[in-house]
Amino acid sequence: MGGLNSVPDDQRYRELADKTGFSLEQIGNLHNRFKQLSHNEDTLRRDDFSKIPDLACNPIRAEIIEAFFDKRNFQSHGVGTVEEIGFEEFLTIMSYFRPPSLNMSEEQREELRRIKLRFLFNMHDTDNDGTITLEEYRHVVEELLSRSGALGRETAKGIADAAMLEVASISMGHMEPDEFYEGITFEHFLKILKGIEIETRMHIRFLNVDTTVLCK
Amino acid sequence: MGGHWISLHFLTFVTITSLLGSGAKGEIPPRPINTAGPPITQNNGPQSFPEAAKTNLPLFTVDYSRIQIPFEITLWVLLASFAKIGFHVYNKITIWVPESCLLIAVGLIVGSIMHAVHEEPPAVLSSNVFFLYMLPPIVLDSGYFMPTRAFFENIGTVLWFAVVGTLWNSIGIGISLFTICQIEAFGVQDINLQENLLFAAIISAVDPVAVLTVFEDVNVNEQLYIVVFGECLFNDAVTVVLYNLFNHVAELPVVDAPDVFLGVARFFVVGLGGVLFGFLFGVVASFTTRFTGKVGEIEPLFIFMYSYLAYLVAELFAISSIMAIVTCALTMKYYVEENVSQRSCTTIRHVIKMMGSVSETLIFFFLGVVTITTEHEWNWGYISFTLLFAVVWRGLGVLVLTQIINPFRTIPFNLKDQFGLAYGGLRGAISFALVFTLPENIGRKKLFITATIVIIIFTVFIQGISIRPLIELMNVRKTNRNLDTINVEVHSRTMEHTIAGIEDLCGQWSHHYWKDKFIKFNNSFIRKILIRDSRAESSIVALYKKLELQNAMEILDSVSADISDTPLDELLPDKKPSSNPKKKFHATDLRNMHDILSKNMYKIRQRTVAYTSKYAMPNDTRSKEILIRRHASIRRSIRPGSFQNPDVARSHKYLSLPAGQNLDSQFPPKRMSHVGDSDTMSEMGYPAVRARFGRAQRPSSSSGMPLQMLDTVREAPSSVSLVDEQQPLRDSHSHSHRAPHLAGSRAPIPRQRNGSSGDNGDTARGPREEEEEAAGEEEEEQQQQQPLSPPHSWAPARQGEGRAQAPLLRPQWKPRPQPRP
Repeated sequence: MGGLNSVPDDQRYRELADKTGFSLEQIGNLHNRFKQLSHNEDTLRRDDFSKIPDLACNPIRAEIIEAFFDKRNFQSHGVGTVEEIGFEEFLTIMSYFRPPSLNMSEEQREELRRIKLRFLFNMHDTDNDGTITLEEYRHVVEELLSRSGALGRETAKGIADAAMLEVASISMGHMEPDEFYEGITFEHFLKILKGIEIETRMHIRFLNVDTTVLCK
Repeated sequence: MGGHWISLHFLTFVTITSLLGSGAKGEIPPRPINTAGPPITQNNGPQSFPEAAKTNLPLFTVDYSRIQIPFEITLWVLLASFAKIGFHVYNKITIWVPESCLLIAVGLIVGSIMHAVHEEPPAVLSSNVFFLYMLPPIVLDSGYFMPTRAFFENIGTVLWFAVVGTLWNSIGIGISLFTICQIEAFGVQDINLQENLLFAAIISAVDPVAVLTVFEDVNVNEQLYIVVFGECLFNDAVTVVLYNLFNHVAELPVVDAPDVFLGVARFFVVGLGGVLFGFLFGVVASFTTRFTGKVGEIEPLFIFMYSYLAYLVAELFAISSIMAIVTCALTMKYYVEENVSQRSCTTIRHVIKMMGSVSETLIFFFLGVVTITTEHEWNWGYISFTLLFAVVWRGLGVLVLTQIINPFRTIPFNLKDQFGLAYGGLRGAISFALVFTLPENIGRKKLFITATIVIIIFTVFIQGISIRPLIELMNVRKTNRNLDTINVEVHSRTMEHTIAGIEDLCGQWSHHYWKDKFIKFNNSFIRKILIRDSRAESSIVALYKKLELQNAMEILDSVSADISDTPLDELLPDKKPSSNPKKKFHATDLRNMHDILSKNMYKIRQRTVAYTSKYAMPNDTRSKEILIRRHASIRRSIRPGSFQNPDVARSHKYLSLPAGQNLDSQFPPKRMSHVGDSDTMSEMGYPAVRARFGRAQRPSSSSGMPLQMLDTVREAPSSVSLVDEQQPLRDSHSHSHRAPHLAGSRAPIPRQRNGSSGDNGDTARGPREEEEEAAGEEEEEQQQQQPLSPPHSWAPARQGEGRAQAPLLRPQWKPRPQPRP
């Protein structure tokens, strides 16, 4: 593809391809997009993200952007956030959304599912304490409903509470009256989303065609 | 209400069908012969009264010829319906043998009886009758209950398989058969290419109802499911277009190149024209229902009439009427269901389901009869090769087409999916009807009919019966499509938004992007025009409301169970004599009840099943998994002796049952198993679905039950914006308000008091308070803070900061001003 030829450091692309599993064409395209977003800088900042017009209407915009600066998504035991990311980090985040390949063993599938859900979980668990607390959950629901306008915060709160109750009853079974459900741990998170097929939802088809010209 | 409509439409349908069915002559209907009563006088009829008075006024007359056609058709439909009831008496049959098999089998039996007594089958199935009256309900049914989201996510693949796959099959089978015809040994050289193509087009129409049922039951993955579903729908359209095309071509003596070209062009004109007309009618229908709020009785009629109109107009211009009606249904469904009332919505669904089901049942049944009663032309060579080619081309087609489409799919089909696709290619009602209505000038019509019947019976019986074990054996990728929990909804939404956002970020757009854009456009423009109350509503909120409604009903259930034990005479001054007081529970009864409860509650049925199965009504027949907690609480509450608890008895005075309420219908086991006759429930649209997290308990078990479970969720003040959606509940339950008590959670306690029994409001408060005292100390505290609540609100006056209840049932009934006692 054109993007690939125009970029000199082919070797670097190969390394990235090994690391993230993207094809060279895809990396080329994503690099073009990266440069477009960063205005030909080497790093992306939060400001660059918030200027993307398509993203402006996304209700959970803030979470998505934050996920790009979250160290947890770059390495397994990262803590905290960064101020700017390079192309490699950008690509790492993108690689969370790679579709499963056709021939995968059951374990690989399960692993992929865990990884994708972990990403989702981290988006909700803003303070990185390993649980989605009620506050955090409410925040998510509020954001999700923020486009519905008329509903307001109260409904969101109610829904979050109900959802929390649901998690509690699904994951804890019977609780003693004085027990207190602190929040959704990752295990519980997996449990409540057990039935739904993550593989068909949490991914994007990365084209081999460069579409950056169409983007604003 | 609903029942009236259904029967009305049913009758209309039957009558219309019968008016056009020419000379129905059935065997099954016991034909009344003029044996009873004096013969009809020459004056012909009792209607001319004065004259008849001159002659001997006939005491009793029979005029069978006048009613013969509608009468016999009614009996046919009735017989087929009885057969369906019969299948379901013993559930195991329908699991292993598809219903279409059973219907054909019954048809075969009836056919043999008729054959034995030398009766002709009713010649109901003429071309006109089929295309104008039998086909529209079938396709409307499929179109209306198409799972829209899944369909649009896979629209490319669906159309690919439906259009290209059908063409592939028709042309492949047609040409192969034509080659076979050249072999002298078979003696079918007189069948020319056009006729072969026509026949091939007919047997390319797949009808995988049986397969879909199996797919639903085993939870096969959504992609496979929707492709099979969509294929059956659109390939009907393609087949009918091809049928008309080849039918036309078959009459031509010579086919030139321009004819072929025109044929191809016409194919697109017909298909796209159908879509256009359907879309137009769909929009108009949606727009109309904006204004039908005041005429709720005829609301459903608009839907049927517009769909049918779309179909007829498309027929008028000889464009694809199937595409028209399907597009119409797809377009309007979403908007119409938001505009019309809950009752109309249920009625629409019921009637569509019923008409489709009747049509199809009749065709299958008829197929069985015809198989026996008509003369067949049997040609081993032709028929066995037809069968062979049908199977081979289908398999090849799926293999090749999947290879082409797979690179374009996010989730490619693997080999198992492909097998499911290929093996799911059952032929069915449409094929039979098409071949049966072939014009007479096709020389080998009889051979075609025979071959088609062979193919149908082969695929329906052999493939239809074996597909379930095969799919289960192969372990095709599965999905759980029904997780009605708020969490799942929330997280699915989050995922969708995340994906849309990431797509925006990386500049790679797929359907998430377009979906996002469409939703925006929809919310900002289309909804404003087409929908009366155009507040956009998030699906999370919708689900939340729904679950709350379920929860409320659950409580009603559990309370009514207790009610049934009380001395009702005190409570129901003017109750119907038919509603006998419930007998006392014995230990064994309770155990049985418990068994029933636990079985029904743990039986999970799929939402998509309910929506798409041709033989089941949406939403009405599902029961749901319930939490262990709830389960346990019920067990506790139906423990023997709990009904003798004096507290309970007292609380029953409060929990008044409205007059005229049929008590049996409120009895929980019945409700669970869904035979409750309460109209209200079915009108709610989601009746016996239990919320998963309702820790609802009966009052009788409130004592000693730990209550404070989740302090985390205690600070949600109630939101009043949920009052609206309680409207249907309130409306339909205005005659059935009891006071449900959610003891386990600190959910709002509905203090609904029925107007008719408002006189015991005073005595009622006592037990209520006692219960709540037993329910927990904090509860008591609250009670003291606001002991006098407006009777008609749920958990009223509990909106104080920090004094929240479990949020699940927070929505309030709009308080009605009522003087306090």
